Amino acid sequence: MSYQSGSQTTTSMRERLSARGPGRPMRYEKANDPRQAMLRLLDYLKPFKITMALVMVFVLIYTLLGLLAPYFMGKAIDDFIGGNDTAGLLRMALYMLGAYVSNNLFQAIANWIMARVSQDALKLLRRDLFQHLQKLSIGFFDTHPAGGLMSRLTNDIDAINQAVSQNVISLIASLLTMVGILIAMFVLNAWLAMATLLVVPIMIWFSEFVAKYTLKGFQELQFHLGGLNALAEETISGQKVIKAFRRNESAIEEFDKRNQAVYEAGVYANSYALLLMPLTSVLGNFFVIVLAGLGGWLALRDMVTIGMIATFINYGQNFVSPLRQISNIYNSIQAALAGAERVFEIIDTKPEIADPPDAVALQAIKGHVRFEHVKFGYLPDTPIIKDMTLDARAGQIVALVGPTGAGKTTIVNLLTRFYEIQAGKITIDGTDIRSIRKEDLRQKLGLVLQDTFLFSGTVIDNIRFGRLDASDEECIRAAEMADADHFIRQLPEGYQTNLSERAGNLSQGQRQLLSISRAILADPAILILDEATSSVDTRTEARIQKALLKLMEGRTSFVIAHRLSTIRDADAVVVIDKGNIVEQGTHDELLSKRGFYHHLYVSQFKGQAI
Amino acid sequence: MDTIRKIFSFVKPYRKVATLSLVLLFIRVCMDLSIPRLVEQVIDQGILKRDLQAVWVTSAVMLGATIIDALAAIGSSIYSVRVGQSVSRDVRKALFLKIQKFSYGNLDRFSTGKLMVRMTNDADAVQRFVQISLRIGASAPLTLVGSIILMYLTNHQLALSLVPLLAVTSAVLVFFSIKMEPFYQVVQTKLDWLNTVLQENIAGSRLVKAFVRSEHEGQRFEAANEDYTRNMIKVMQINSAMSPVMTLLLNLGIVYGIWAGGLYTIRGSMTVGQLVAFINYLIVILNPLMQMSMVALAWANGLASAQRINEVLDAVPEVQESADGTALPESTRASVVFDDVSFHYNGSADGTILKGINLVAEPGKTIAILGATGAGKSSLINLIPRFYDASQGCVAVDGVDVRRLKEDSLLSRVGIVPQETILFSGTIRDNIRYGRPSATDEEVVAAAKAAQAHDFIQSFPQGYDSHVEERGSNLSGGQKQRIAIARAIITQPDILILDDSTSSVDVETETRIQDALAEIMQGRTAFVVAQRISTVLNADKIVVLDKGQVVAEGTHRELMETSPVYREIYDSQLGGGVHMEEDEATKLEVAEK
Repeated sequence: MSYQSGSQTTTSMRERLSARGPGRPMRYEKANDPRQAMLRLLDYLKPFKITMALVMVFVLIYTLLGLLAPYFMGKAIDDFIGGNDTAGLLRMALYMLGAYVSNNLFQAIANWIMARVSQDALKLLRRDLFQHLQKLSIGFFDTHPAGGLMSRLTNDIDAINQAVSQNVISLIASLLTMVGILIAMFVLNAWLAMATLLVVPIMIWFSEFVAKYTLKGFQELQFHLGGLNALAEETISGQKVIKAFRRNESAIEEFDKRNQAVYEAGVYANSYALLLMPLTSVLGNFFVIVLAGLGGWLALRDMVTIGMIATFINYGQNFVSPLRQISNIYNSIQAALAGAERVFEIIDTKPEIADPPDAVALQAIKGHVRFEHVKFGYLPDTPIIKDMTLDARAGQIVALVGPTGAGKTTIVNLLTRFYEIQAGKITIDGTDIRSIRKEDLRQKLGLVLQDTFLFSGTVIDNIRFGRLDASDEECIRAAEMADADHFIRQLPEGYQTNLSERAGNLSQGQRQLLSISRAILADPAILILDEATSSVDTRTEARIQKALLKLMEGRTSFVIAHRLSTIRDADAVVVIDKGNIVEQGTHDELLSKRGFYHHLYVSQFKGQAI
Repeated sequence: MDTIRKIFSFVKPYRKVATLSLVLLFIRVCMDLSIPRLVEQVIDQGILKRDLQAVWVTSAVMLGATIIDALAAIGSSIYSVRVGQSVSRDVRKALFLKIQKFSYGNLDRFSTGKLMVRMTNDADAVQRFVQISLRIGASAPLTLVGSIILMYLTNHQLALSLVPLLAVTSAVLVFFSIKMEPFYQVVQTKLDWLNTVLQENIAGSRLVKAFVRSEHEGQRFEAANEDYTRNMIKVMQINSAMSPVMTLLLNLGIVYGIWAGGLYTIRGSMTVGQLVAFINYLIVILNPLMQMSMVALAWANGLASAQRINEVLDAVPEVQESADGTALPESTRASVVFDDVSFHYNGSADGTILKGINLVAEPGKTIAILGATGAGKSSLINLIPRFYDASQGCVAVDGVDVRRLKEDSLLSRVGIVPQETILFSGTIRDNIRYGRPSATDEEVVAAAKAAQAHDFIQSFPQGYDSHVEERGSNLSGGQKQRIAIARAIITQPDILILDDSTSSVDVETETRIQDALAEIMQGRTAFVVAQRISTVLNADKIVVLDKGQVVAEGTHRELMETSPVYREIYDSQLGGGVHMEEDEATKLEVAEK
């Protein structure tokens, strides 16, 4: 007799891993093309071909060894216990011992190696995914909301991980064992083997039945859970509004409805899923009954021995044990393949347009930026910018002004080549930016965005992101210039304060100050400020403005802002409306023109009594 | 202990079903354990005594036992699932109801993420706790004890001599479980970090590209990837050693059983059937042993989760409605008075947010509140609808202390546009009507027009029926704010509160909103919080807050004369030589007319 180890422990392993960490529900999904996803996953094992072959040999060996022990046991019962041969009994016991020890040893070695191989392969997959993500264009990220993409990817990777951690190899071993047992049975006793075969169709039907309904049930449950969680999340995050508008009752009503749906789906799915474990043992018992009844009958005709029956009973137990794993592993393999399919989908997404081979490196630049008849739209058919010509001489401060949605941020997207223009050209010092290596181009641009993003790490790390080789002193000086030094020093650990991912401890204004520090440190030739100070109160803004003015000295700068006061210092004001430049000139010129800009400006004072 | 009692209070309504499930389980275990005994009968009474009758009869008994086993298994599974799912449903509901009762202070303390984890993972863990307890948690010890007793009954000495081995096996299991625990935690933190790096590169992709940091980020990811992989390999390798060691130990038991039992049989103190039965019981033992470690884990997780759930369920809403609360009269002349109000957030050591605020808002007047970030503007207006209670002093609406008002009555008179714009998934129409579900379509359009939202809503292909994604992610900041304003207007409040709610709207649109509001707000009291000076110019009274105190109060003109702080803010927004240009601008305007 031998135990098929693996099934129970892997279950508990999975329980352990999945019991931990928030937001990692069990997933029940199906890939569209499971075969394709499987083949591509297997591709990642290619570098470990030789090791894998070795593992397979070990698996074969230990499967065979697993078959030997029950045979020796039967022999011990028949030949030696029946024959009163204590020396022979001892010999058989030692054979069994040998078979068991080597079986378990080989199994441990195979698992040991597989642990490394599978995790290394997964590492390669993750690396591929990440490297490809980095190559994707901003357009991809703009069209795939970060929240959804992130939770999807982490879930997908997790699903692949879980399936692999459940030691798929033990499933292969179990299946091999089943085949081995069948062969051994026929060799030992054809009659009993045939009787055993009777049980096989029941087993197959049963495992298909359970797998099918479990999968269906859990997909249903997943769907309802998704609905419930979406509602709960939305309700809880909007709780303050719900309270203010006294809408608690209707929230509860909707919640109740979905909660009940989850309950019903949960009862359905789990009832099938949890049938598996007890019913496999019932099936095992059924095996025993067939063997005892039929075996007994055959034994009385001297066609089979008691030892043989004992051997068969134990073969029978091992024969059903893979069933225990199948449904469990089946679902998680399905989920893994579905996850893999999406991961591959991202890996297959076309990356950002690569630099042409003859792209030039950008040397020191003066910063003369020119847009010539630029045309662009996020969707090819709906142009945002129709025909824009804009000239920013080196060292000039250009303010981009206009109502929301006028296309100001789009100009930034084009200058940084986050998006490619459809017609016309953009030049820096006369060089078309499309002929410059993207990295070189962006290196010369300093960007401060409206939507500030901080990385986990310390405050000083976040500033240093602007220039990796900057010393602490340089970082602090940059923070001082951005008027950030003051609040940073008030943080619990000053510059070494760790900003957790949910840097809720910083206000939006403070985050903006950090990202300005970052740009100051980067010391770019061309500076782009996209609503960089929108969340800072006006007095602070006035102080930063001074710092920024100093920073902008000698650099070409593009400033986008709602606040007209921010733009007063610009050398040129470009007024944009609906993707067109409607006015251009200095603040004073534009005011006296009494056009669009004047209109915007005056509205600030509207209603003021004289 | 308390936690366990709490879990039991959730199981209590289903105790009949739970008991039924346990009884069925007990039957199941008995049937399971009878099988090796019956095999023994077949061998000893049937085969050895060459009695075919006995073989058939015993087999039939076995078949009967197995059928009962199967039925009991189905029954106990279904009933235990029902109890487990009911419990998790009820836990979720209890949490949700509790959250509905929370006041703002409680909500500040429990983040959405935290509460979601309570409702999902923690509720699931409690469900697993209940479900596993009703199944494996009960059957594993029964099977274990049952097999040991039956082994003992089959052969005392043999059973006793195996006790040390069983003890060692259990010890190994416990050892592994304890030893693995920290490893699992390490793996989890490594995975979290790996995910964090991945997420940051998605959310911050623009920045990474703009600063050309992909190499740097690549290295960061590679380090996290490597670190996680190394730890994961360690865990899996320890795990891969664990199961062979466990099985080897029990296999040793089998070898010993065959050898020692064989000797007993040869000596005649044990039958062959007993030997086979004995070995079978040894095999049966492994499962419950392994399962117990799973059960222990589910218990540990379940208890920890139950504790976290209790934290929420035991939280007391900070703002309590007074039992004899009065309702505001039907038509309120909504004056709002702050009488020496001080405020600090509960449990925060940061000290006072508001200090000795005295403020009178006469009915129908518009009060603007101006001040730097963190001056206490939002805190001030949050006291009016009693989202928080003042720590000292009193806030009165229409002369009545808000603490003595019925919550419903007070809230129904206040329309608020919060600083953080939150919309709900649904159509734009749904979102505007959220303020007053009974509003007609015409009223929705009127509110949207006043909020200057009508035009952009009309420009969407589906107009008012356009879908708003969760949290309004498919709308711009300015569009969301305008819908939120419409949502507040439609409630026809006596008191309207705008908390910096036009910050993302361009100045011109804001002006139009103000004009429209001025009309709608005839006779209603309004509070307008703002950072932009243009927002507050028209107010009847401007209150300048600084560090939680009122430093100036008056109209724009008055404040320009008297308040240096106000002047400073004014200058900072409109620049240095503002006066000349201001004059110039107004002149131009006059000239236009």
